[in-house]
Amino acid sequence: MLNFLAKRLVQLVPTLFFVSLLIFSLQHLLPGDPALVMAGEERDPAVIEQIRQQYHLDQPIPVQYAYWVKGVLTGDLGESLRNKMPVSSLIAQKLPVTMQIAGMAIVVAFLIGIPAGIISAVKTGTAWDYGANLFALWGISTPNFWLGIMLIFLFSVELGWLPASGYVPLSENWRASLAASVMPAFVLGNAIAAILMRHTRSAMLQVLESDYVRTARAKGLSERTVILKHAMRNALTPIITLGALELGTLLSGAVLTEQIFSIPGFGKLIVDAVFNRDYAVVQGVVLTTATIYITLNLIADIAYILVNPRLRG
Amino acid sequence: MTDAALSPLAPLAVAETLESPARRALRRLIRRKGAVLGLAVIALFILLAVFAPLIVPYDPVATSWSLVRKAPSLQHWFGTDELGRDVLARVVFGARASLLAGVISVGIALAIGVPLGLVAGYRGGFIDALISRITDAMLACPFLILAIALAAFLGPSLSNAMIAIGVSATPIFIRLTRGQVMGVKVEDYVEAARAMGNPRWRIALVHILPNILPALLVQATLSIAAAIIAEAALSFLGLGQQPPSPSWGSMLNAAQRFLTSAPWMAIWPGFAIFLVVLSFNLVGDGLRDALDPKAR
Repeated sequence: MLNFLAKRLVQLVPTLFFVSLLIFSLQHLLPGDPALVMAGEERDPAVIEQIRQQYHLDQPIPVQYAYWVKGVLTGDLGESLRNKMPVSSLIAQKLPVTMQIAGMAIVVAFLIGIPAGIISAVKTGTAWDYGANLFALWGISTPNFWLGIMLIFLFSVELGWLPASGYVPLSENWRASLAASVMPAFVLGNAIAAILMRHTRSAMLQVLESDYVRTARAKGLSERTVILKHAMRNALTPIITLGALELGTLLSGAVLTEQIFSIPGFGKLIVDAVFNRDYAVVQGVVLTTATIYITLNLIADIAYILVNPRLRG
Repeated sequence: MTDAALSPLAPLAVAETLESPARRALRRLIRRKGAVLGLAVIALFILLAVFAPLIVPYDPVATSWSLVRKAPSLQHWFGTDELGRDVLARVVFGARASLLAGVISVGIALAIGVPLGLVAGYRGGFIDALISRITDAMLACPFLILAIALAAFLGPSLSNAMIAIGVSATPIFIRLTRGQVMGVKVEDYVEAARAMGNPRWRIALVHILPNILPALLVQATLSIAAAIIAEAALSFLGLGQQPPSPSWGSMLNAAQRFLTSAPWMAIWPGFAIFLVVLSFNLVGDGLRDALDPKAR
């Protein structure tokens, strides 16, 4: 176990190095002089020169990269050109908002995806199976921004049941918070529910054909016990780790969902930064997302080994 | 002579074994109703995109102040938008941007990803480690976030959106090609080709590539669906097709502001994205089943 952990941590070093290189090089995709682009409307040569010095743009590229990495390692992701706030503070402010919605979305995804997958596998070839497969196809084919707009039209404009937009922290008013988050959480969780359903179905089908399930049936156990106690436990282990890895999909989805529901979260931060040409924020958001993803990947790997005794060396 | 050989099914079985793999896959694909339906819808949208000016009587960018946000009618089947433009005309012309973006961005991902995956999988060693770590780094950045960041730095336009989506989708093809090559390169026929003294490039292109094409074809089809959603997302955010040119994503963005007074503006472009994406997913699923060697 320790050997595996050490190996995985060593593997992370080059991956993180290339992630940093990728994000740093984004800045150099800007057409023309980055200092001029960062200055925006400002054309005062003194200001442009100041920007050039502040961001070390007058230095060779490897030196610029070294300065950038040094900043990142000390938690300095630069300063937002628009808000004049440190990028790390902005991210720390917005991330909990997205995490609340993403957490609810994961709950929605598990509540729909896993039961649908199990029913589909147990009742294979029946109307239940076709229905679950149609749901999965619908889930992966519906653009979440369109689904969001349609839900607003139905539940806010037509029926007036839910607020069309906005965000209320859970700590402030839990009822209002849930009412405001239920549609975005469903929109975000829907696509992941479809993916989870497909994986659960195929894992369950595989497990249901295995020898130990056949043995359990031969012992005369009820079908309910066989499915819930024997099959499900083994089939769901990889599915739970897969759920953790779907965070990337959640964060991608959050960009559009937060835009549609006007939620002041992490996704809206990157979109606003793109339109304000606030490139340090764009880089900071991509870096944070990649770091979260890599960390979760590692946790999922460790969790997989912890719950699967056969993989423990 | 065995019983099997005498059975009336025997000639059919022989015919099946003599069939070329491509023909067999096509026959299996045609048997899948979902895939056939998907192919038909894709063909319909391609025809709509190509012959758009002949199909719709309205100019998709012509504005009319007397026709602002008119509900669907016999003259304007899908209604009109906030500038009096015909929504049906914009949905039909919008198919051009979506289909083009789907195909070109996946083309870019294939053009970069397949050669890199071939080299990584076939050569191994340091080059494989280097390419794999770069792939890991790219996969660590969620697809759409990377595409948004790239499109933001490259500048908003349909062609830059296609480049951004293509580059963001590349690591999937590198990883898939590498994995497939590693499985195929130990096969006897590749060993035989090597023993005959064929150069590495020839073995990779002539003996390995054709054998990994089915997996690439399935992934490419499913990736076109993802790329169409990504293009619509970028256009929705204002980073793809620029106004006044029609695009399903930018139409949805405009529609959001008029949801109470003109909901038809949001229904049709979204439904068009859903239909095309669903069709590519159906074809992708059908191809996966048809090309699965275990199903033979």
